[in-house]
Amino acid sequence: MRALCWVAADELAVREVPDPELRNERDVIVRVRRSATCGGDLPLLAGRDPLLRAGDVLGAEFLGEVVEVGPGVRRHRTGDRVVVGASVACGGCWYCRQGLHSCCDNAHADPASVDPDWGRSDAGCFGRPRAAGGFAGGHAEYVRVPYADVGAFRVPDAVDDDRALFAADAAPTGWLAAELGAVRPGDVVAIWGAGAVGQLTARAAVLHGAARVLVVDRHEDRLRMAERHSGAEPLDYRRTDVAAELRDRSGGRGPDVCVVAVGAPPPDRFGGRSVDRPDASREAVHACRKGGVVVVLGATDGFVDAFPLGAVTDRRLTLRGARRPDLRDVPMLLDRMARDELRTEHLATHRLPLEHGPQGYELFRDRADGCVRAVFTP
Amino acid sequence: MGRVGPMGRLARAGPALGSAALTGVVRLWRVPRWRGRTGADRDPAAPARWEVVTVDRPPEQVLPDGRWPEPLRRLDGAVEVRVRAAPGDRGTELAARPMAGATPPTGLAAHLVGDDPHLLVRRTLRQVKQRVEAGEVLRADRSALDRPEVRG
Ligand SMILES: NC(=O)c1ccc[n+]([C@@H]2O[C@H](COP(=O)([O-])OP(=O)(O)OC[C@H]3O[C@@H](n4cnc5c(N)ncnc54)[C@H](O)[C@@H]3O)[C@@H](O)[C@H]2O)c1
Ligand SMILES: [Zn+2]
Repeated sequence: MRALCWVAADELAVREVPDPELRNERDVIVRVRRSATCGGDLPLLAGRDPLLRAGDVLGAEFLGEVVEVGPGVRRHRTGDRVVVGASVACGGCWYCRQGLHSCCDNAHADPASVDPDWGRSDAGCFGRPRAAGGFAGGHAEYVRVPYADVGAFRVPDAVDDDRALFAADAAPTGWLAAELGAVRPGDVVAIWGAGAVGQLTARAAVLHGAARVLVVDRHEDRLRMAERHSGAEPLDYRRTDVAAELRDRSGGRGPDVCVVAVGAPPPDRFGGRSVDRPDASREAVHACRKGGVVVVLGATDGFVDAFPLGAVTDRRLTLRGARRPDLRDVPMLLDRMARDELRTEHLATHRLPLEHGPQGYELFRDRADGCVRAVFTP
Repeated sequence: MGRVGPMGRLARAGPALGSAALTGVVRLWRVPRWRGRTGADRDPAAPARWEVVTVDRPPEQVLPDGRWPEPLRRLDGAVEVRVRAAPGDRGTELAARPMAGATPPTGLAAHLVGDDPHLLVRRTLRQVKQRVEAGEVLRADRSALDRPEVRG
């Protein structure tokens, strides 16, 4: 089959690779209809993950049709149109049974060797290095989906592919951010990052009853999109004093909930962090009202210097984090999509054949031509 | 021995079946002897550290009829096992450690784990946990390297 493979830093290629096969009883094979780029792919693309190998297939978000079913699968049959959650989780461990699929204990094929700290491993993920517990991704004609009863979801007929695709990762991540922030009616919510995740966090905050949602970014097109589709107020950090603006727009209190959805910035030429503007999580901690919640999403750098810990204790903040969403919200989000409460197709700014995958990633990486997500069709 | 003791209390469990009745994988190992993780400042005679997992099921499901579950049973004669109910309804704490005087496995298992018996013990405990909680031991995707027919 054809698949979009990582080759070297900033180099991708569509290659012929072996078809996936059922490896476990609870697996299905999905024929991909759509797959999308994701902010979490950018550090991989740049070659910043030492575990990535040439030939690894990228793609955490995808949707398709079930074409083969393992004997242990109960909920799916061939022909089902399914969206597949980016996390691979067993459904039966303590974490999964609490709804914390992203912390699944049983989603690594060899946890003892990938997890030298013994017990710290998180869920598996599509399109991530195999040595880090990853599985081949969705930028391909076919994908093997382990634990398919837990991670693959039948898409209601009323929801088309372009909308349902985002139920794989971006929409559940945005929903998770609103839940972790415990957004309540009347809250003021500030979000750093107007990518697909930030925008769907804004929409989730609105659906949780937030009175005001503010989105901070530097890309005019993304800010406009957040305003148009999620009812968020845009703040361009190149033109505004973000801290002062957030204070003003929350009656001097500061936002009740601050969500950081920016991804890790590329390292500067000395290998450190770029210093042209303050780290978004630092800014969020300073902006948040007393007793508020700061939610940090995604693949941030492992260490962030000059973190204002004093502000966390002085102002009794709650700091919460997540790298990847749980699976429990996917059916509810698909229902909301079917009812038109949640629309996502505008995020697919660029639709390309899989053969043009490398160009799609270039557009997405450079935020060129208003690209928010490149969506591929094999 | 063999049956799991009263729930909530520490119980030392031996395999319910004699090793003769088992799979035949268990060998009488000789050299080298298993010890704890060796380090310049560690007493080589000290007992090995326990490796432990919590399995989110009650002990009677983790050790049906009080027997060591597969694949732990294959390590009969080479490890000690300790079982207790986890607090707060968290299931079962299943611990194992290499037994002093036993020697590491030969053949495939030895090939897989090199000379670190703790890695084999961990991997075995994790597999027990996966079999009980998920019903199967998850296998990695076949990588292109596993398959000679890969085309460029
Ligand atoms: N937690 C999860 O479950 C989960 C799931 C998927 C993605 N993510 C993460 O969410 C993050 C966002 O994903 P995405 O796909 O929307 O990414 P993206 O790369 O498309 O968008 C990130 C946006 O953040 C903006 N940004 C960067 N630095 C900023 C700053 N200091 N202040 C304000 N804005 C800033 C960028 O301009 C960009 O528009 C990534 O880190 C990704 O790894 C998390
Ligand atoms: Zn699990």
